[in-house]
Amino acid sequence: MSVVTIENVDIVFGDNKAKTLPLMDKGHTRDQILGMTGDVVGVQNANIEVNEGEICVLMGLSGSGKSTLLRAVNGLNKIARGRCLVRDGDKMVDMAKCDDATLRHMRTRRVSMVFQSFALMPWLTVLENVAFGLEMQGMPKAERLKKAREQLKMVSLDKWANKKPDELSGGMRQRVGLARAFAMDTDVLLMDEPFSALDPLIRSQLQDELIELQKRLNKTIIFVSHDLDEALKIGTKIAIMESARIIQEDAPEQIVLNPATEYVEKFVAHTNPLNVLRGSSLMTPLTELAVQDEHVVINEDIKMKLENGKLVSVQGPRGDIPTARWTPETILANVPDNTVFIVPANIAMRDAVELRYHSNHFMVLEEADQCVGILNDHNFYHALLGKHFGREEAAA
Amino acid sequence: MNWLTDNKIPLGAWMENFVDWLVTAASGFFDLVSITLETMIVTMVDAIDSIHPLAVIAIILVGVWFLHRSIGLLIFITLSLLLIINMGYWVETIQTLVLVVSATAISVLIGVPIGIAAAHRPWLYTMLRPILDLMQTIPTFVYLIPTLILFGLGYVPGLISTIIFAIAAPIRLTYLGVSKVPNELIEAGLAFGCTKSKLLYKVELPAAMPNIMAGVTQCIMLSLSMVVVAALVGADGLGKPVIRALNTVNISQGFEAGVAIVLVAIMLDRICKSPSSKNAG
Repeated sequence: MSVVTIENVDIVFGDNKAKTLPLMDKGHTRDQILGMTGDVVGVQNANIEVNEGEICVLMGLSGSGKSTLLRAVNGLNKIARGRCLVRDGDKMVDMAKCDDATLRHMRTRRVSMVFQSFALMPWLTVLENVAFGLEMQGMPKAERLKKAREQLKMVSLDKWANKKPDELSGGMRQRVGLARAFAMDTDVLLMDEPFSALDPLIRSQLQDELIELQKRLNKTIIFVSHDLDEALKIGTKIAIMESARIIQEDAPEQIVLNPATEYVEKFVAHTNPLNVLRGSSLMTPLTELAVQDEHVVINEDIKMKLENGKLVSVQGPRGDIPTARWTPETILANVPDNTVFIVPANIAMRDAVELRYHSNHFMVLEEADQCVGILNDHNFYHALLGKHFGREEAAA
Repeated sequence: MNWLTDNKIPLGAWMENFVDWLVTAASGFFDLVSITLETMIVTMVDAIDSIHPLAVIAIILVGVWFLHRSIGLLIFITLSLLLIINMGYWVETIQTLVLVVSATAISVLIGVPIGIAAAHRPWLYTMLRPILDLMQTIPTFVYLIPTLILFGLGYVPGLISTIIFAIAAPIRLTYLGVSKVPNELIEAGLAFGCTKSKLLYKVELPAAMPNIMAGVTQCIMLSLSMVVVAALVGADGLGKPVIRALNTVNISQGFEAGVAIVLVAIMLDRICKSPSSKNAG
């Protein structure tokens, strides 16, 4: 179910919109329009649909319009043209056209926001900061302080409730920012580079915390980032923006495997494949393996026997090798070494490498109870060298 | 050259006509303002004067203790006020303090809203700026004359002149404070659903408070610097003995009154300044 729908949205900063919009339609570039009318095109013809429970990451370099587009979703930026619909119960509200009262209702009940620079009120205590939005909801004081305290506990800052924000470290401040946004109990969460101002260790820690929180709370999140690794780590969908346009919108793995333009390709070139790639794009498909005496040949010593597309046994040089089925819940320590794992085809590369390290054997990928391919060292080296990324490779 | 001096532009005459017109057209209004303010100040001075000086000092000390919790400041204030009583300027000091506090209160009541309005409307500040510059640079004696004509002798012309001179500080600093509230705080306020008035009271004013307090402190000090001038138009206070001393070339009286003014200035500065600097930190 779509929670946020952005349709043909243009955002223009300046006073000559009447002149600028036709120029945009005629295909003039951002720089040309700036020269001709003095207006800055913030976002041009953006279309995104974000469904319930999704984390949609808007990715791009600074000035690409990602924050501008994000701010349209709660009406901080005015939309020149197009619609930005946000779900409110059974109906969709157009943030571009609604009146002030509706806008306020949406901001207090439906959409909350986390800022890059934290944007905590320095004169309020941590607790009062978390309660700030609740005050705007009109919640009585005792109740909102109680709720704020619960939210602080959730981000494990309850001991800091009565401190001022400037007594906290950057990571703690952003946790306060998160608590303030979560306290609102809104379905939609806008996050404007929330972790960019933090040092790498704290950043990755907060990313993990966000992923954990999201598992429990199932919000619809639009997340702005300039860091592809971050986008790949937390996003369920990524939209890449370049000079005011969305140039590619896709699942994280598709972005790295099939970059749409050279610009995306450059972005993708230095990603860590461990975080993105999955078994199905890494594997050697069954169809490419040699068959000898009704056995699939893995190498000169090892063969697999299949029946109706299902793995029956793996034969090694000294008899059968035991097999075990792996799921993300499997505890590796309980499985003896020298075991061939049967794994789901969508296994994350990080898990697959871990399994390879533990078992010393290739693994068999299954999809809908059918063996679809195998994962071997060669597949991992290929991925680690970045050979999956890049358009030429995909085309070839 | 002769032509230039012969054809004099009657700038002064215009102003005189304007003031004359004001006097005839609105004398009732100015009288009302004059009587109200005069009564207010005289009542306050009498009320404080009716209490024993040592009791007044005690009240001040308790208040300062609650604001600052500094023993050093309490000792300084006690010694200063005792010295003032010893020099015989207690009543004058009270008159001056009441005048300064009233001028500051009125300046802040008028200046802060103007500052806020100017911060929200750039064109208004563009208009205000030359007026504020004028009010601060034009020699005080120049507008002392019309205020004297409009409000008569006494505290009120002194008060009005003081306000004209001092009001620029709260306007300027409120404008500065409100207009430089970090954009992200405004965005945060809006994103969490502030109305215009909530945004002002919950975000802009608290964020601008250190600056506004600095404006109040400045306003107090500027008001104090006007006591001698106010005395010229008949406002009682520490300015009177200074002028008397000047007229009679009396070094000892001039020195003592000067010391009293300096002590009052230091006390006010110490009392006002640190809470605002604490907020800023």
